[in-house]
Amino acid sequence: MEKKNFTVSVYTENNIGLLSRIAAIFQKRHINIESITASRSEVNGVMRFIIVVQVTEEQIKKVAGQIEKQIEVIKAFYHTDDEMIYQETALYKINSADFVEDLNIQDFIKESNARIVTVTPKFFVIEKTGKRHETDSLYEKLKPYGLMQFVRSGTIAVTKNEMPISNILEQFDTTN
Amino acid sequence: MEVKTASFEKTASPKATTVSGAEAVIKCLLEEGVDTLYGYPGGAIMPVYDELYKYQKQIHHVLTRHEQGATHAAQGYARVSGKVGVAMATSGPGATNLVTGIADAQIDSTPMVCITGQVGSHLLGSDAFQETDIIGISTPITKWNYQITKAEEIPEILAKAFFIARSGRPGPVLIDITKDAQFASLDFTYKKCSGIRSYKPTPEINLIEVERAAEAINNAKKPMIVFGQGVILGGAEELFKQVVEKSGVPAAWTILGLSAMPTDHPLNVGMVGMHGNYGPNVLTNECDVLIAIGMRFDDRVTGNLEKYAKQAKVIHFEIDPAEINKNVYADIPVLGNVNETLKVLLELLKPNKHEAWHQKFKNHHQIEFDKIIKNDLNAERGKIGMAEVIDEINKCSKGDAVIVSDVGQHQMVACRYSKFNQTRSNVTSGGLGTMGFALPAAIGAKMGAPDRDVVAVIGDGGYQMTIQELGTIFQTKVPVKIVVLNNDFLGMVRQWQQLFFEKRYASTEMINPDFITIAKGYHIKAKQVSKREDLKEAVTEMMQSNEAYFLEVKVEQEENVFPMVPTGASVSDIRLE
Repeated sequence: MEKKNFTVSVYTENNIGLLSRIAAIFQKRHINIESITASRSEVNGVMRFIIVVQVTEEQIKKVAGQIEKQIEVIKAFYHTDDEMIYQETALYKINSADFVEDLNIQDFIKESNARIVTVTPKFFVIEKTGKRHETDSLYEKLKPYGLMQFVRSGTIAVTKNEMPISNILEQFDTTN
Repeated sequence: MEVKTASFEKTASPKATTVSGAEAVIKCLLEEGVDTLYGYPGGAIMPVYDELYKYQKQIHHVLTRHEQGATHAAQGYARVSGKVGVAMATSGPGATNLVTGIADAQIDSTPMVCITGQVGSHLLGSDAFQETDIIGISTPITKWNYQITKAEEIPEILAKAFFIARSGRPGPVLIDITKDAQFASLDFTYKKCSGIRSYKPTPEINLIEVERAAEAINNAKKPMIVFGQGVILGGAEELFKQVVEKSGVPAAWTILGLSAMPTDHPLNVGMVGMHGNYGPNVLTNECDVLIAIGMRFDDRVTGNLEKYAKQAKVIHFEIDPAEINKNVYADIPVLGNVNETLKVLLELLKPNKHEAWHQKFKNHHQIEFDKIIKNDLNAERGKIGMAEVIDEINKCSKGDAVIVSDVGQHQMVACRYSKFNQTRSNVTSGGLGTMGFALPAAIGAKMGAPDRDVVAVIGDGGYQMTIQELGTIFQTKVPVKIVVLNNDFLGMVRQWQQLFFEKRYASTEMINPDFITIAKGYHIKAKQVSKREDLKEAVTEMMQSNEAYFLEVKVEQEENVFPMVPTGASVSDIRLE
């Protein structure tokens, strides 16, 4: 079976140690995590992890099963790229002198729909949100001018289809 | 607003009393019905031990000689009694010494709660004396773990710990409690945990799948059951027997399924797997419907997966959804606790006998009997064989003893030849294969089933991995029977070296001490046997002893365990020699 990108969405309680418990499941199977993010989700008090890995569908099915088995994991879903809307954010820090002197840089920023976040006499910070190839493309263009710093976030993604997470939580009886 | 993530039972008298965190720990254990726990004191858990001193009339703390022994004893206790085993240790090395037992309990689905002390919360992360990140270390080998840093968390967290350990597919839980949380006080009330919103212990039964399973079984010409520990953990032994008897389907067991069904039952066709019986292994690749019940298709059971039961329709009765299709594809997955799913199945089954198919198992058994079993049990020359010892134990126990085995050749022989009438009688380290398991596990087993004879069957290698627990036996006077089958070799490794490494016996020969003197040093009755004619009397004396008893049997040094499915081979290519 062919390896491809899968995005795992894990809804969890907000507890210490869950990140390493989830990461350990990938580690045990010798799977490299391409990117991982954690944030609050649409449900109050529930966290959402977005984990991107390159594996076969058979592997991801089993991994998702093992993740969902963890006590504080409410639900784990996995999706292929075409089932998701996904984005990454990158920050590029460049020398102010280069920016002012070289008009090319200003064109790159306009063309790529990037945004200037901060301007100081010494440096500029540019932010670009998009797909991996878009942030990579701007990286390649800016690189020759001496990037002072570069960083990119993990993938964040939402599914095209509905996530039935609220229904799962509603079934829990808290009347005791 | 705080989100409610767990639910708790209402208590009759929720009147709070102010106690220390340490006392709260003991009160929680008592509320959960714990009467025995195993452990070892040390700095970071001393406040709890101080409370144990005050509560010693209500709760029996067994001082093992090593924290690993505490976990195995707790496992032995849990495996025979069905209750949650409890082990306790201090921080740092005390906690890390629990790791092997926790991993063993995780892979063998044994309900256990481990409580560890931790350095004060103000010292966390400072590399304090005896500080270790036991939460990080134990994460991949626990069903759940949690670090308590505030006394008021203790009742709820321990209630959750016991609920998680025993519910669904059971497993080990570790609770780490900082020393300041043990000293601080709280208003104590206890409510048992009844649910956690992110955790569904038992999946809902899909009746359509049960109906499909029944139809497949009813239409099968050559059906075969392989049952595992799920039958025992689900308390479904009687129901399972009715399913087997009504359907007339031959039933084979995994090593952890052993004793869920009497070994002498006419429909019990023996063990599957690497050193299992000939018939069930070969016929796995001939059956038309394979009915797996509460088992997880371990590689030692399946051999080469590419050549495992490919001709069969597979029905998998299982409580853990992550086990479905993990190793073997299930044509019909039946999720749920087997004590519920088998109840529905039983009603739908048509009575059958499958006589011709049974005859095949009998024919295969005859081949194995002529080639292997006959010689194993009735050797006339040479040194005593391992199976002869098990056979003598059977004759004395009449199948009513608990047999606790360690890991290696003797374990395979003990499981192949032990007779069992009752469930929860076979205690062994199956998934992890932990040498050193049996001696401490036998201590726990005897305490968990005080009215039964408990016989530990151990090799000379594994025995020396936890031999210090003889001290626990001496101190507690727990009347366990210990049999060491001594071949002065790490026998199973030696067997592999003989068969697959051209007899290069690298580091498998053991120059052993005088085990009798060691046992006597602990004031344990001890005897050594090396002649066949003395075996019966020695085993009988041991079995009749009311005190702890150590029997060393000098066995054939280079005996091999057969049948055997070599690694990578198909189960039907099982070797008889």
